[in-house]
Amino acid sequence: MGMTMTQKILAAHAGLEKVEAGQLISAKLDIVLGNDITTPVAVREFEKAGFDRVFDRDKVVIVLDHFVPNKDIKAAQQSKTCREFACTHCVSHFYDVGKMGIEHALLPEQGIVTAGDCIIGADSHTCTYGALGAFSTGVGSTDMAAGMAAGTAWFKVPSAIRFNLTGQLAPNCSGKDVILTIIGRIGVDGALYKSMEFTGSGVRTLSMDDRLCICNMAIEAGAKNGIFPVDAVTMAYLEGRSKRKPVVFAADEDAAYEKVIEINLSEIVPVVAKPHLPENTCPAAALHDIRIDQVVIGSCTNGRLEDMEAAWRILNGKKIADGVRCIIIPGTMQILRECVERGWYTAFIDAGAVVSTPTCGPCLGGYMGVLAEGERCISTTNRNFVGRMGHTRSEVYLASPQTAAASALAGYICEAE
Amino acid sequence: MYTQGKAFKYADNVDTDVIIPARYLNTPDAKELSLHCMEDIDADFVKRVSKGDVIVAGWNFGCGSSREHAPLVIKTCGTGCVIAKSFARIFYRNAINIGLPILECEQAAAEIGAGDEVKVNFDTGEIKDLTTGKSYQAQPFPQFIQHIITSGGLLNSLKESSNMKESYTKDV
Repeated sequence: MGMTMTQKILAAHAGLEKVEAGQLISAKLDIVLGNDITTPVAVREFEKAGFDRVFDRDKVVIVLDHFVPNKDIKAAQQSKTCREFACTHCVSHFYDVGKMGIEHALLPEQGIVTAGDCIIGADSHTCTYGALGAFSTGVGSTDMAAGMAAGTAWFKVPSAIRFNLTGQLAPNCSGKDVILTIIGRIGVDGALYKSMEFTGSGVRTLSMDDRLCICNMAIEAGAKNGIFPVDAVTMAYLEGRSKRKPVVFAADEDAAYEKVIEINLSEIVPVVAKPHLPENTCPAAALHDIRIDQVVIGSCTNGRLEDMEAAWRILNGKKIADGVRCIIIPGTMQILRECVERGWYTAFIDAGAVVSTPTCGPCLGGYMGVLAEGERCISTTNRNFVGRMGHTRSEVYLASPQTAAASALAGYICEAE
Repeated sequence: MYTQGKAFKYADNVDTDVIIPARYLNTPDAKELSLHCMEDIDADFVKRVSKGDVIVAGWNFGCGSSREHAPLVIKTCGTGCVIAKSFARIFYRNAINIGLPILECEQAAAEIGAGDEVKVNFDTGEIKDLTTGKSYQAQPFPQFIQHIITSGGLLNSLKESSNMKESYTKDV
């Protein structure tokens, strides 16, 4: 029996000819990532255990993105801890205010992660980089500390579910509608401990931004990782960007999958996940009676250039509905700059939106858009748990940038035309 | 090793945002964080929990964010163990790495009632509901994971392994 794409990457990094599902392995890491929330805990564990240097200063990445520019004194202390650690250990990839971005938008953009990599990050959405043909998964701070010290991590080799994508998305749909549809179908633990491997003729019709969005939310189905095959779209994206040479892995023809799920992209419609689980999906068209107080367009799921463009196409020359607050957050400084240069920034302001520098802020109810009791938000972020964006009696509806922007104009949930 | 205490019962998909809301994540201090343990799902938990108590939950416990603060606050509150039908994978890793005992046992998670007195033996995986008199058997950990636990967590086990010495002497 052959290996899945994920298993092949893991085998190569464990120095093994072959691995199989369930096997425990120790794998060499190409990148170890942390942010301003998880790194301070990792630093404390790293130092408590008596380690005095990182395994490779070029392979440790620290991004301040959750609470920066700092929202309060305690958050500032956490950033300071990260800054001092990065300085002490001469960490090459340390991203502070001014050059930071939301980590999972930033690392692919800057070419820090590439095809064939084995990556851990102390952030659950580290699974994003599977879009580039890498094995990438979220871990906690102690795993990050161990990874920084040894350059290795232990894994239980996952089995996989194969998603066979066919057809092509309608213009008012995006990768977000694909992944929400899938989570709605299999549930929030539908891929628990497993890989989600996306294959099929539909793959080539998906842009890199769509693929990054789809892999980003693999964790919302409980998955260990999501992964796309490397094709011309991947190579075009990595060209001139990747700091290391991409390594292409492909699943064996006789690879074993737990099941195969068929997804016809042509049949996908704009969908929304209702409170309080990402699996509570329904067509946006069925929610026209749901009025909204706030709209958030951004995050590691949907803060990329295509997401900003989708929002601009809908908001340009229009006005956001009275009583609706619309917050737009480009994912990186480079994307923010593009928004300025292309005139989208001005168009957002003219429509009545506010535009922030990159931050995870509102997605996790940190700052920059926290909800009051009884308030409702449609958001392009990734979680709609109880209290996720603020008060425990506030509500978050998850959607694509197209749906969120169209809803901002209408004042209630609706799909883009 | 064992724990004994009363059961706190929760449903499926208890996420790390309700275990420790992100609004408190501006500090890595476990004691301070633990004052808000389970706050958004059970505001009285911190007031009612005593050392050795047991959290009993449904499927996919600990889903969502990778924040290690979640198992850390549960442990710091004095909770002796979490029993669930299943755990989200990052929470599972984190709990092992920091030394919070967790057990997967579908039947125990379904049948143990809120407030029941429960005794859990970690060496054998036996769960006893002293209130009902029923016993359950949880899956024991694989040996590799038992080694992490007996070493006192991932970093200690790492320091013990020869693998570590190799990578540590690598010229950086």
